[in-house]
Amino acid sequence: MSNRVPPPPAGGAGALLPPDSGRDRPLFVVAAILVFLACIAALGARGAWLQAQNWTSDLESSITIQIRPVELRDAQLDAEEAARIALTVPGILSATAHDRAHAEALLAPWLGSGNLPDDLPLPLMVEVQLDPQLPPPGDALQAALDAAGLSASVDDNSRWAGAVRRAARTAQTLGLAMMFLLAGAAAAVVAFAARASLAARINVIDALHICGAEDRFVAGLFERRFFMLGLKAGIAGAACAGLVAVLASLGQGPADMAFFLPHWAMDPFELALLLLAPVLAGATAAISARLAVASDLRGRW
Amino acid sequence: MRYGHGPEVLRDLSFDLPRGSFQFLTGPSGAGKTSLLRLIYLAAKPSSGRISYFGRDAAELTRKEMPLLRRRIGVVFQEFRLLNHLSVFDNVALPLRIAGRRRQDYAEDVAELLAWVGLGEKMDVVPATLSGGEQQRVAIARAVVGQPEILIADEPTGNVDPEMGMRLLRLFAELNKLGTTIIIATHDLSLVRMLDAPVMSLSNGHLHIRAPRSQRQAQANAAPEEAAAETAAMETPDE
Repeated sequence: MSNRVPPPPAGGAGALLPPDSGRDRPLFVVAAILVFLACIAALGARGAWLQAQNWTSDLESSITIQIRPVELRDAQLDAEEAARIALTVPGILSATAHDRAHAEALLAPWLGSGNLPDDLPLPLMVEVQLDPQLPPPGDALQAALDAAGLSASVDDNSRWAGAVRRAARTAQTLGLAMMFLLAGAAAAVVAFAARASLAARINVIDALHICGAEDRFVAGLFERRFFMLGLKAGIAGAACAGLVAVLASLGQGPADMAFFLPHWAMDPFELALLLLAPVLAGATAAISARLAVASDLRGRW
Repeated sequence: MRYGHGPEVLRDLSFDLPRGSFQFLTGPSGAGKTSLLRLIYLAAKPSSGRISYFGRDAAELTRKEMPLLRRRIGVVFQEFRLLNHLSVFDNVALPLRIAGRRRQDYAEDVAELLAWVGLGEKMDVVPATLSGGEQQRVAIARAVVGQPEILIADEPTGNVDPEMGMRLLRLFAELNKLGTTIIIATHDLSLVRMLDAPVMSLSNGHLHIRAPRSQRQAQANAAPEEAAAETAAMETPDE
């Protein structure tokens, strides 16, 4: 009798299924592309949210006082008076009165430079920086300006901040919806592939069944096989998405970041997303394959 | 039993396999031997009728119970059904591995069994590199390694030389002495004559059971004409 027992086959229990021999390669490519697109969608949604945060933060950290020109009154003096009054209102850090040249510069993109007659009355602006720790002082400031008899109106930018927040929420929702749709597509593709894989290896499955294998044992073999495939495809897809995000972010500061382009700032969210994506891809593939194979086996025997 | 809407392949079958018995199953090609074996090893369901295993009605078995029942039945397929991506050792060890046993617990038993069937030196090769007879021995080793209570073999000696055929038959007889119920489907009447066992003969989907030779001889002594007729029927060669 020979005691030369061969070593166990590489691959553990998964080795009971024949090697894929290239059959699973197209599935790997499709899964990697889906993970890539899902990561890009998630990073894009993240970028849109960050950009909206920047914009709303800018809008909410300042308000503008508009000094309307009134006959027989010096608008510049009124603007400086408004700035002084603003500094007395709680919650205001600074107030800067801008002159007529500033107002003309604001209009220049539409009316051109030097085209305005000197006697054309223009509203002047007072830019006010707010203390973010305190509640917005818009109403108190308006009351103080009215009490001083100035023809001034306070614009607290709330209309614009609300629109930006709504746009950011829409972008986020779209990004997440795309991500879930892509995950669903990946699951469907893997389920289809798992059924095809089962059909291609039906002789092996038949032999396992006759030897007393339970459905869950057979489904577990496919689960492990497709988990590894999803994990590897996820690593490839996430790595490509990270690379694209880095390239898209190169040369862009947070302020000029394009809305809905993938963003890369090396923050924990982005790292976690790219690290989790392969695991989620593997888990999605594994669950999808297990359910598909278990359902198929129930129909066969 | 019928496949889909096709004609009945087996009908009006009624038999009992006593625990620890040894039976041959013979019949011409297309008589339904493989279908009957498929019913016995739970690879097919009867379109009507009842099959009972170890006192349990097969129709009442749940999906979870069926694999446990299959582990009590060893099967040798005519076409072997070996896994060509696994070594000979791992093919033979498959039922033990599926049953959840650890490799170190069964390694010696599997190696010993393979040595017994003459494949001790080919444990780590894949079945595709073996001859038909060697593959058949691997299939037999896989079927008996779990010490099943029922062993079903479809033409188990069809691809081996007479000497190895005798040896395998002795293996089946030894297993039978240890309590395993054996059913051997074969065309080989010389094999049937080697053992004093009942013969289930299938023809046109019907089953006829002939008593063991010793029992027939005893009957012959009591009623010579009837026994002679039965013996003549027995000697008719199958396809």
